[in-house]
Amino acid sequence: MILDGKSPTGPIESTWDKHRFDMKLVNPANKRKYKILVVGTGLAGASAAASLGELGYNVEAFCYQDSPRRAHSIAAQGGINAAKNYPNDGDSIRRLFYDTVKGGDFRAREADVWRLAQVSNNIIDQCVAQGVPFARDYAGYLDNRSFGGAQVSRTFYARGQTGQQLLLGAYSALSRQIKLGTVKLFPRTEMLDLVLVEGEAKGITIRDLVTGEIRNHVGDAVVLCTGGYANVFDLSTMARGASVSANWVAYKKGAYFANPCYTQIHPTCIPQSGDYQSKLTLMSESLRNDGRCWVPKKHGDNRPPGEIPEEDRDYYLERKYPSFGNLAPRDIASRAAKEQCDDGRGVGPGGRGVYLDFADAIGRLGEDVIRERYGNLFEMYELITAENGYKVPMRIYPAPHYAMGGLWVDYNLMSNLPGLFVLGEANFSVHGANRLGASALMQGLADGYFVIPYTIAHYLAQTSLGMLKEDAPECKASVSEVNARIDRLLSIKGERTVAEFHRELGSLMWNNVGMARSEATLTEAIEKIPAIRAQFWENLRIPGNGAEINQQLENAGRVADFLEFAELFARDALHRKESCGGHFRVEYQTEDGEAMRDDENFCYSAAWGYRGVDQEPEMHKEPLKFENVELAVRSYK
Amino acid sequence: MSANSEHGTMTLKLIVWRQKGPNEPGRFETYLAKGITEHHSFLEMLDVVNQDLIKEGKEPIVFDHDCREGICGTCSQVINGLPHGGQVRTTVCQLHMRKFKDGDTIYIEPWKAKAFPVLKDLMVDRGALDKVIQAGGYTSARTGAAPDGNSILISKESADYAMDAAECIGCGACVAACPNGAAMLFTGAKVSQLAALPQGKVEAAERVNSMLNAMKECGFGNCTNHFECQAACPKGIDVKFIARLNREYLKALVF
Repeated sequence: MILDGKSPTGPIESTWDKHRFDMKLVNPANKRKYKILVVGTGLAGASAAASLGELGYNVEAFCYQDSPRRAHSIAAQGGINAAKNYPNDGDSIRRLFYDTVKGGDFRAREADVWRLAQVSNNIIDQCVAQGVPFARDYAGYLDNRSFGGAQVSRTFYARGQTGQQLLLGAYSALSRQIKLGTVKLFPRTEMLDLVLVEGEAKGITIRDLVTGEIRNHVGDAVVLCTGGYANVFDLSTMARGASVSANWVAYKKGAYFANPCYTQIHPTCIPQSGDYQSKLTLMSESLRNDGRCWVPKKHGDNRPPGEIPEEDRDYYLERKYPSFGNLAPRDIASRAAKEQCDDGRGVGPGGRGVYLDFADAIGRLGEDVIRERYGNLFEMYELITAENGYKVPMRIYPAPHYAMGGLWVDYNLMSNLPGLFVLGEANFSVHGANRLGASALMQGLADGYFVIPYTIAHYLAQTSLGMLKEDAPECKASVSEVNARIDRLLSIKGERTVAEFHRELGSLMWNNVGMARSEATLTEAIEKIPAIRAQFWENLRIPGNGAEINQQLENAGRVADFLEFAELFARDALHRKESCGGHFRVEYQTEDGEAMRDDENFCYSAAWGYRGVDQEPEMHKEPLKFENVELAVRSYK
Repeated sequence: MSANSEHGTMTLKLIVWRQKGPNEPGRFETYLAKGITEHHSFLEMLDVVNQDLIKEGKEPIVFDHDCREGICGTCSQVINGLPHGGQVRTTVCQLHMRKFKDGDTIYIEPWKAKAFPVLKDLMVDRGALDKVIQAGGYTSARTGAAPDGNSILISKESADYAMDAAECIGCGACVAACPNGAAMLFTGAKVSQLAALPQGKVEAAERVNSMLNAMKECGFGNCTNHFECQAACPKGIDVKFIARLNREYLKALVF
């Protein structure tokens, strides 16, 4: 089926304004009659729940954490982009739009990206009004810094904790609505099913993670703000609780999953140190402003880094990309690091690391300047590795970080299932095949504060009120399905733990579906994943029962979903016979190892429809049209 | 030197608080953590112990955790009597086992405070902190109504001061460390952040009254200047924000 994103037509500058006028409204007095279920309370979820509650809708908000303030948006470090052009350096809505489309390697919908760039400025204003303490200059004006993939300074920041401050701003707006009674909060709950009536999304089934109770919540629309799926690799920069589950149950109920193979591998993370490891820690991209990446030129050069003379070092990014050097974009820098390590010249345990060396910058500027710029990152590095980055080069390696793919949505952020809206990282909409730094925060808040309040009204005005009742057969069927799966998980009583299965899947995904993919590795993954899945359902051990706090049971449900999702991920990567952004197929590269896009055959988004766990999914295409940006080869030489 | 340390691994004796539920009596149980290296984080050490417990057919230790990089504020354990283990500016998830040595005995307990009932083992209910924020920890800025971000200038000094306060991760270590189970540092940080900014000044009086009332209703104690909160805070939030809280409260009385 050919999908239609329903982008408005006409000059792109006025698409959103025109569309806002064309959409239907809900009368202020009628809003309280509609109930909206918002799942997830990160930047997208908290801002959506707060804004919808403020408009007068009756909102219920759900999160698996003990407080909405702990959603993983909190961990974003660098900043948030906006086209304010405060530095007078040539920025504009059009330039932010252009950089984002190009940065995404021309695999996103133009109109959605334009709207994102247009509302970016409102986000900054809104956050300032909430008391977000953005960095200011000595005259009291908002300060900006530069980020990858742009030639202007458009990134607003709050020290190295921008995500935290923006989330606390959204959380405070949400808290205000909770006090006013427009939003009811359900922390420590996890969505385990989506309930449809006559094909429309009208309810969810959740597990209360404290009591174990399985129950329905019904409403007039469901808004998923449930984040990304990078934990399919087990080790990633994500929070341990982050999963694909809410998106996956929606997919199994008929929502399309778009471009799952577009995953961002961030180049600068602290390398893995052992099999027990639970987490890979990101070190901000900004470090590459002053740090130089290198590996020894000779194989098996085991000398300490300080004893390796200049002529025996390979500053591979500067060698390969002289004009961008160490600030090459994320996808390029990650692949280059892997290339050196695959060549046997990696450093540290297992040879899976490269040096990020500040010696030159310290020599030029002094240690104090470097400390002022990056002190908190050096501290964080030392806490984890016990090494002093000022004295010896840091060791870094790429790690899974962000999901550009997600549930397919139209211009109104509604999935193909009427009534099911998907916001933030959980949808596929604006980042194409690669996301630029400081754009994730922008998208989460754009969707929640400035898009969904308009577009949801358009749907609500056309649907019937209260279509699903709590005692409806659809609700009962969903509860018994969820209970049956939990009983099945608990009754396996095998030998292996959830963590062992997650590690096995993660390792297969990383090796075969990670930074470099080929037909052979992908075919092997598609063969092996069902075998791990079968083992899981035969040999899993979960202690305890379902009627209490049971963290092993929670994890088992998430890993069970990853074991199904992983196969779709690999199938999407196999079908896309081109390299673009975060998706690199070794068969499709130029002579010097750069990604080779195939616009003739793959200039579309692939949205997959579910046909059964062991069935091949059905692919639907949404062709991408570029009328405002010319398709071009990304070069960073 | 034991055989362990020659192989670079440690064995540790853990004495851990186990409690079935909020109304059940708790008790200490002893476990061995084996094969631990200096690179394990404290939570990864507990992961290893839990894997062993599951293999032995026993129930793993329940503990709260999520981001594992020191920013979400979920992890919450009292280690050898100190919230987050006592290392300066460090959450449990950032604490690494190189701070311990082979053969050490480690006591692990949940946050203990009247306002934080134990849910299970090391997991407590910190909903009271959300209630304090819901009482007034915000500006009443409507979505879409904000003026340009540069229309009201804020001195760098005020912005930096507000950011110092805003770094709070809401973990509750300050409450756990306080002999009175007070949340004055937590509340003071939010009141100070917003009082220091022009956007927050308008509602300052109402905010401080409302948040302090919520604090009392939730069962938090009062400050008697022990400053244990600052010592335990993984973000190093300064007790000067408690002084600011008191000042804002006095100002609210006068108006």
